[in-house]
Formats: sequence, C-alpha cells, structure tokens
Amino acid sequence: MTEIAMFHAQSAADPFKGGAPDQLVTKATPAKRASLDYAKATFRGWRRENGRVGVRNHVVLLPLDDLSNAACEAVAHHVKGTMALPHAYGRLQFGADLDLFFRTLIGIGSNPNVAAVVVIGIEDQWTNIVVEGIAKTGKPVVGFGIEGNGDIATVAKASYQAKRFVQWANELPREDCPISDLWISTKCGESDTTTGLSSCPTVGNMYDKLIPKGIYGVFGETSEITGAEHLCKERAASPEIAEKWFKMWKSYQDDVIEAHKTNDLSDSQPTKGNIVGGLTTIEEKALGNLEKIGRECRYIDALEPAEAPAKGPGLYYMDTSSAAAECVTLMAAAGYVIHTFPTGQGNVIGNPIVPVIKISGNPRTVRTMGEHIDVDVSGVLRRDMTIPEAGDALIDMIVRTANGRLTAAEALGHREFVMTKLYRSA
Amino acid sequence: MTAPQLLVHEKKDTVGVVVVEGLKAGTDMLCVVTHDNSAFHLTSKMDVPIGHKIALVDIKSGDTIWKYGQDIGIAKADIAKGEHVHVHNAKTKRW
Repeated sequence: MTEIAMFHAQSAADPFKGGAPDQLVTKATPAKRASLDYAKATFRGWRRENGRVGVRNHVVLLPLDDLSNAACEAVAHHVKGTMALPHAYGRLQFGADLDLFFRTLIGIGSNPNVAAVVVIGIEDQWTNIVVEGIAKTGKPVVGFGIEGNGDIATVAKASYQAKRFVQWANELPREDCPISDLWISTKCGESDTTTGLSSCPTVGNMYDKLIPKGIYGVFGETSEITGAEHLCKERAASPEIAEKWFKMWKSYQDDVIEAHKTNDLSDSQPTKGNIVGGLTTIEEKALGNLEKIGRECRYIDALEPAEAPAKGPGLYYMDTSSAAAECVTLMAAAGYVIHTFPTGQGNVIGNPIVPVIKISGNPRTVRTMGEHIDVDVSGVLRRDMTIPEAGDALIDMIVRTANGRLTAAEALGHREFVMTKLYRSA
Repeated sequence: MTAPQLLVHEKKDTVGVVVVEGLKAGTDMLCVVTHDNSAFHLTSKMDVPIGHKIALVDIKSGDTIWKYGQDIGIAKADIAKGEHVHVHNAKTKRW
C-alpha cells in the first residue's frame, strides 16, 4: 500500500473511537528510519547562540507572576506565532522555594526550544532577574514591568517587541544535527502493569542505545522509586553519586511523605487510575517505573529540581514529584528538548515548549484513546514485537518529532506548565 | 507464536499479568515468562480484567508476593493458584 493509501485507510477508521496511532504513516518509512543506524541519524534542529540545539522554535511570553498572565495572554492573542505561559506563582516566595521558582522560569526561557522571550512582571526588579538569567544564553530577551504603566500600555510595548521577535525567529534556518545533540527526558504516567512490561522498557531500550551515542537523558519521580530504591541506588555511576541519590530519596520520604501523610498513602500511590489498571502496591509501581532506565545506563549525577546537568552527556537523575506536569516542567527547565512518556491507562499530558511523545502498550488504551498515543507498543504484550523493536520504533518517533512532527499532545493543545512549590508563600 | 493471555516477568515470580481483554474464568491460559521466553499453561479461576494479576501458585496470607523477581508486597488473605491478586487481598509493606 502506498503512503497516501495507508493514510486514507487509517483516516477512514472510525474517527470517534480514537483509532490507531499514525506511527506507520510517514515519509521516513522505511528507508529513512533513524533506527536503521542511529549512530549516523541526524535531525533538522535550530542551533542556538550557546550551541545547544532546539527542536521547536517558540517565541514565548513569560509572566513573572500570576498578575502578569493577562498581559502575556493579550500579547500572545495579538501577535500570532507567539505563546504565553500562564502560571499560578511568583509572589511572596522566599528561600529555597524562590530559588526553585527563578531556576524554573529562567530555565524555561533558556531552553533551546525557545527562540526568544518577552518577560512581563508586575514590577521591574524580579522581572529583570529573569531577563538577565535568560540573557546568559545569548538569545533575544526583553522585560516589561506593569507598575506605573498599566496593562494596556505594557501590552502595546510588549506586542511591538514580540512581533519583531517572531518575524526574526521565523527566518532562523534549521541545520542538520547529530542525534547526540538531543537531550531526552522521561517520566511515565497513569501507569499500569502494561507500562512495566512494554512502554517503560521501550524507553529503557532507547536510552541503552542512545546514551552511548552521546545524548543527555534524565529520569526522576522520587516518591515512585519507593520499593525499587535498592535497585536504583545500584545504578549510580559511583558510590558517591549513589549516596547523593539516596539522601535525596530519603529526604523526600522523611520531609515530604512522612511529614505530611494522613493515611497509609495507598489512596495516592498507587493512584486510583493505577489501581484500576491493575497495579496493587507502590513497590510494584516503582519496579515498573525503573524499567525506563534500561539495562546498561548508569546515572552520572543526581540533580536538584530544574537543575541543568553539568557533567556532560549521559543519564541523570532529578529529584522531582511524580505528578506528571510538575515533573515534565522541571525537566524542560533543566534544558531537555524532547520528553518520552510511557502511559498505560492513558495520561494526556503535554508541555508548552517540549514535545511529549506518548508510548503505550495497553491495547485497550490504544484502541479507546489512540489520538493521544504516538508510539503503539502493544505488540510487546502479544509477543509479536520485541523490546529492541519497540525501542527502535521510539527512536524513529523521536527523530520524526525532532524534525517537526507534532506530537499527539501538541496537536491536541496540551500545554500543561506547572511549577513545583516547596512550601507556602510568605 | 500464539498470543499469550498471561505474561510473567521472572521465573521466581508468584504472580503474572493478564494481557488480553475479557479474560473469563476457566480459560486455559498460555503463560510466557518474558525473561527467558519459556511458556506454561494455567487455568484462570475468575474473570480478570486486562492488566490485573493472577496467582501462579497457592499464596498464604502473610506470604511475600514476587513480581520482577522482587518483593512487591504482602498477601492479606489466602489466594489460590489461578485467582485474582489485587488490593482486596494484597498490600504494600511500605506505607
């Protein structure tokens, strides 16, 4: 069947039942499949001023605080091709919580998927901290304070600047980049027993193949390692990193879980969705979760939330919540440009600046909500697809995504941007 | 290869995962251990949804339940070989 005939055949399938993912319909199949030789695979990316490579070319309106969301959204409405990132915080934060807040905002603006940034804040001083932080990348960034001007004048000034940025960004050329320029994060969600059997080991296989080729990887979800912490500790690259990781895990257990729990947590971890999907205990969930780091990779550092990796290519751990949007946002703020997201029961999350690739091996989820799934690995359960074949299918989809294919989450408008808050504001 | 109804991670495991929809009680299940591709047969004693677990051996209340070759919790009731294993008869040891 020709590509176009395949496309029509898939489109003719009942559109109201989701249908199968379109992973087979591509100009890249089969001769151009990246997985045929991933060492030589390239993609068309945007090399930024600091040398990092982006796979998207967003012009972002970044609110410093909740009060500035309206102005950012007004500019984004006015100037086409820009995107506002509204969020809930930025006032009266202090200490480590404020540090994390700035690290997240500056990290998102600095991410190579972002070409240029307009920051709007209620006042100038904190606005300038974010502007100066992003400016270190060398990319175009300006800030506007609302106080003394009002929303309308601020929106007018910011709109002129945003229009200049978007017209400049749209002419930036893409260039061929080696696959080693990719920074690929992972976190799973709405897990069930099929994720541990199929979609998580698919991500693990991808890391086993691409980490040796020089990519950066990262996994996290501190509370969801519980039950597999002995295995996770063993996967550190050195005893020092193992100890650093273990302290992070133990502190999450003691300071977050133990300090705030009101029951045995069986109502939250596993989640209701996990339990419907067949997961019974946190240990079972954690063992499936850890399949995402494959068999060979060792993590070379344990990062604070939103901390950019600084030890060169390799796999990293990041101390994050297991809530999907918080975790993906922190990894985006650390500079990761593509996210791989295994799901069992069908998590629909996306991120505004990072394409989130969904992988599912649950045949019911692929059938009932296939419009959310980018890579169908349900063949692993039928034993007609091996884990290495599933890993290759994911690598193909990563390169296609890097080349511009919108993920299911992007096409459906999922832009969950959620900051992690460590404690109440002052 | 015929598609299996039940997948088991490791030889040591005492539970396996149903990987087909609509599994009925009394089904003669083809079970495959993913670690070494070895196969065996087991009869399901209950209707069990896709993704849920079935006991591969008789499990006594208080026994550790094994999956991935690892401890995933404790049985809170006696569970016969072929029966559904979930939150009604198994629990975490962690919290």
